Amino acid sequence: MDLTLKVWRQENRKAKGRFESYSLKNISPDSSFLEMLDVLNEQLIMQNNEPVAFDHDCREGICGMCSLFINGRAHGPDESITTCQLHMRKFSDGDTIVIEPWRAGGFPVIKDLIVDRSAFDQILQAGGFISVNTGSARDGNGILIPKEKSDESMDAAACIGCGACVATCKNSSAMLFMASKVSHLALLPQGRPEAVRRAKAMVAKMDELGFGSCTNTGACEVECPKGISIAHIARLNREFLVANLKP
Amino acid sequence: MASFLNSSIGKKFLMSLSGLFLISFLLVHLFVNSMILFDKSGVLFNNAAHFMGTNPIIRIVEPILAIGFILHIIYAGILTLTNQWARPVGYNKQKSGNSSSWASRNMFILGSLIFIFLVIHVANFFWKVKFSGSELLDKGAVNGVENTYLLVTTFFINWWWIDIVYVIGALVLGLHLTHAFWAAFQTLGLSDNRWRKRLEILGWAYTILVAGGFAIIPLWVKISSML
Repeated sequence: MDLTLKVWRQENRKAKGRFESYSLKNISPDSSFLEMLDVLNEQLIMQNNEPVAFDHDCREGICGMCSLFINGRAHGPDESITTCQLHMRKFSDGDTIVIEPWRAGGFPVIKDLIVDRSAFDQILQAGGFISVNTGSARDGNGILIPKEKSDESMDAAACIGCGACVATCKNSSAMLFMASKVSHLALLPQGRPEAVRRAKAMVAKMDELGFGSCTNTGACEVECPKGISIAHIARLNREFLVANLKP
Repeated sequence: MASFLNSSIGKKFLMSLSGLFLISFLLVHLFVNSMILFDKSGVLFNNAAHFMGTNPIIRIVEPILAIGFILHIIYAGILTLTNQWARPVGYNKQKSGNSSSWASRNMFILGSLIFIFLVIHVANFFWKVKFSGSELLDKGAVNGVENTYLLVTTFFINWWWIDIVYVIGALVLGLHLTHAFWAAFQTLGLSDNRWRKRLEILGWAYTILVAGGFAIIPLWVKISSML
């Protein structure tokens, strides 16, 4: 298939970016979206041009590195997948594909399509952990956890921190990311001792880093590659309210 | 407390509580207004309106209601501005229709339209009954019970564009409520995957009742006057 790409190019954090158009010929419909970008970059290198910088790592949908706002949607036209799981058969011959970086104040562009997502690390460092003593591993069945609870906790823990929720949210809110981190710990007995401090510290960090607030549009759960439900946001709200009621 | 109200979730907590308060107010308001439909002589509605204007409990709730409106409007402004600032550079192309409803994305615009309607509405009726008075209110007043029925129906019968404004006002309010109802519970943390479906169904039922009810009243008054 032959394609026209409109790609966001930006030298560095401070530079003013612009869209560049590129034509690609003979792209296999079976190639993944990232492989298509690899072909583009080889073409650019052969022409002595600067290749397009984009994030990627595992290419099997579990690391959360690949980003990209493709034709107006986070991770492209499909639902519940990452960009590396998107295949060119979802597009048609002769299509023009617009590729933009995640857009959010909390995610500044570093170069071309790569954004700085370290704000997520900062939110995690604020409280997305439990404190345990090191030493020999505890017995696996030492703490009994109901199956439903552990399943629900795992659903939240499926978050790979890709940032699609922030990218797609009209408010650039990091609530789904934070909710999945708070929720997966809040549901487990190991997470309870630090629950009050965690909810307060993480929400304060998210506000400080310039992410917006949640207006419950539900766009994030549709675009989340792991299909994490906004029911977890309700739990985060509950945790935060309860945390503020305790002295 | 101060840090709670300064946090994003704290501000939304106020939006949600004031919103739920306004949601319950709308039900009472619609109930009183529906008296217009059930008694053509206007006695029923006049007595209900007089009761609402003089009952001590309602008089205590009235300023609280005003505070509810003001809080809801002020915090809507603050939150919307902060949310706009959170994305300094926008997308060249964004398809939002696949993942969220139009109403949920445009609550501030819908709210602003409702606010404009509210100003017109208060000037039309509430202001006259409460403060400035009107000849229509005095005409046929019995034992100090103002003829609110005459004031309201005169408006709806004499000016067709007033009917249109009120019907549009009801529809815009309805759109706002389609998202507002469930979202208020979600923000308070009172929702999960099971309750979300229930609350959404309840929200739609409430929306159809309230928006439909408020839209029918001016239309019914106008149409029945022409028959």
